[in-house]
Amino acid sequence: MSLFDHTLTELQDKLHKKEIKVTDLVSESYQRIQEVDEQVKAFLTLNEEKAYEKAKQLDEQKLNDQSILFGIPIGIKDNIMTEGLRTTCGSQFLRNFENPLYDATVIKKLSKSNTVTIGKLNMDEFAMGSSNENSSYFSTRNPWNTDYVPGGSSGGSAAAVAAGEVFFSIGSDTGGSIRQPASFCGVVGLKPTYGFVSRFGLVAFASSLDQIGPITRTVEDNAHLLQALVGHDEMDTTSANVDIPNFADATKQDVKGLRIAVPQEYLQEGVSPEVKEAVLKALKTYEDMGATWEEVSLPHSRYAVAAYYLLASSEASANLARFDGVRYGVRSEKAENMLDMFKLSRSEGFGDEVKRRIMLGTFALSSGYYDAYYKKAQKVRTLIKQDFEKVFENYDVIVGPTAPTTAFKVGEKIDDPLTMYANDILTIPVNLAGVPGMSIPCGFSSEGLPIGLQIIGKHFDESTLYRAAYAFEQATDHHKQKPVLGGVR
Amino acid sequence: MSQITKDQVKHVAHLARLAISEDETEKMTKHLGDIIKYAELLNELDTDHVEPTTHVLDLKNVMRKDEPKKWIDKEDALQNAPDKQDGQFRVPSILE
Repeated sequence: MSLFDHTLTELQDKLHKKEIKVTDLVSESYQRIQEVDEQVKAFLTLNEEKAYEKAKQLDEQKLNDQSILFGIPIGIKDNIMTEGLRTTCGSQFLRNFENPLYDATVIKKLSKSNTVTIGKLNMDEFAMGSSNENSSYFSTRNPWNTDYVPGGSSGGSAAAVAAGEVFFSIGSDTGGSIRQPASFCGVVGLKPTYGFVSRFGLVAFASSLDQIGPITRTVEDNAHLLQALVGHDEMDTTSANVDIPNFADATKQDVKGLRIAVPQEYLQEGVSPEVKEAVLKALKTYEDMGATWEEVSLPHSRYAVAAYYLLASSEASANLARFDGVRYGVRSEKAENMLDMFKLSRSEGFGDEVKRRIMLGTFALSSGYYDAYYKKAQKVRTLIKQDFEKVFENYDVIVGPTAPTTAFKVGEKIDDPLTMYANDILTIPVNLAGVPGMSIPCGFSSEGLPIGLQIIGKHFDESTLYRAAYAFEQATDHHKQKPVLGGVR
Repeated sequence: MSQITKDQVKHVAHLARLAISEDETEKMTKHLGDIIKYAELLNELDTDHVEPTTHVLDLKNVMRKDEPKKWIDKEDALQNAPDKQDGQFRVPSILE
């Protein structure tokens, strides 16, 4: 049994009773990485020396009313700035970015809670992708079957948790990048309400959609990690100044009377029979616990992917203009003048998918096409947002699958962008509406791959998500299953 | 719109400050064409009277006091630069 099979509450108890030390937790991480990361390939950079130093320092502290995250090993997605620890965003452009100058706000908050950063986790380049195959370093593999993708773009973050390499991790989600890999890897992943978690220090992809969120094995631990991440930040002008509830407390309430909406569009063609069956079974579980569910419609769902790719790519084309070869990252050796320096540095540093999206975004924003594409997509975004508002007038949560299928094979979809994009069809509308969504394990396919249940809530109503997710988790045992890797565990 | 052309792709690449090879131009023309064609699905919707959403939260302009704050030192800011000289970023010539 791994130390990471315990919950946070149990680990704090053990630390308090001196049954274990923080150093033990940290070596649990690095030992497991040593054992399995050659197969899983979740980590881009390790922080071993500093992590042990920090562990030693924490072990010397007197334990009193320490944070529930005290001493817990965490993995960080590689698009989140960590002072002095290489941050590459999965891109060759930043392969030499060894010395980021500051910590993202979430990293500062985690430091305050005394988590221990184990390393930086692999991702699709600049968070653009759904399979981790767009990492310019290597593809992370699904711990349940290493022939399969872990999902993306936070594939490293989800795989590392599923493989027991870290206790938990943080990822970022622009169109499903936390929830889809959580679904593929059988862990719990939450994309918070837009504005709840500061984006300061998150390398921007699409600023009106990006959110940082927690990935964990259990719902309760997810609530604890979110608690440490949320809060107003004057360094992020889109950070919301709202009351912060106690998320873990929300899990204590049962789901009797909970009103669940199930969008018919989320169970239509394209959703595999096994996924559909698992979701219907989950709804039956909710019924048995006293919740009710009804079918509803989110009529503009089928337009979400098109609107998303126009908007996200447009924002990306502006955000990624900062990678110019002047201040950080690589610079082409071949350039003789300034314009060529920009062009050649960017072309050598960016991969195919990143170039494709920068091109799409530049096109959609260019003179003569702005109204027809970018502005049109913004208007459709309004319609999608209104779909959610209407449903939430009468229901507490929306439930459906996280992804239409379980994980696909490495190489299966990489050559066709549109097929790859279709994979995010059930997660994208949530980002467009800015509401919170989470994925929790709800079963396995006949091939033994995890299936994720998506629960979507109202703005800043993460509490109800945790309440619904926790009740389901307690009534089932999907979260207790663990992948077998290299004959270990 | 009709299919995006290779010339358009080259123009957009210039705007985006990307140097793309003939081979890439070819591939990009196909992929972008497919994506743009797919995006035209949105034209099914009548949005004449719909307001565009730029942001999901009802936030007004967020301002802080215009006071100097300590941030990154010049020396530190230059640390990750590919090229520097005399405390400044060094770049190739701007004027031919």
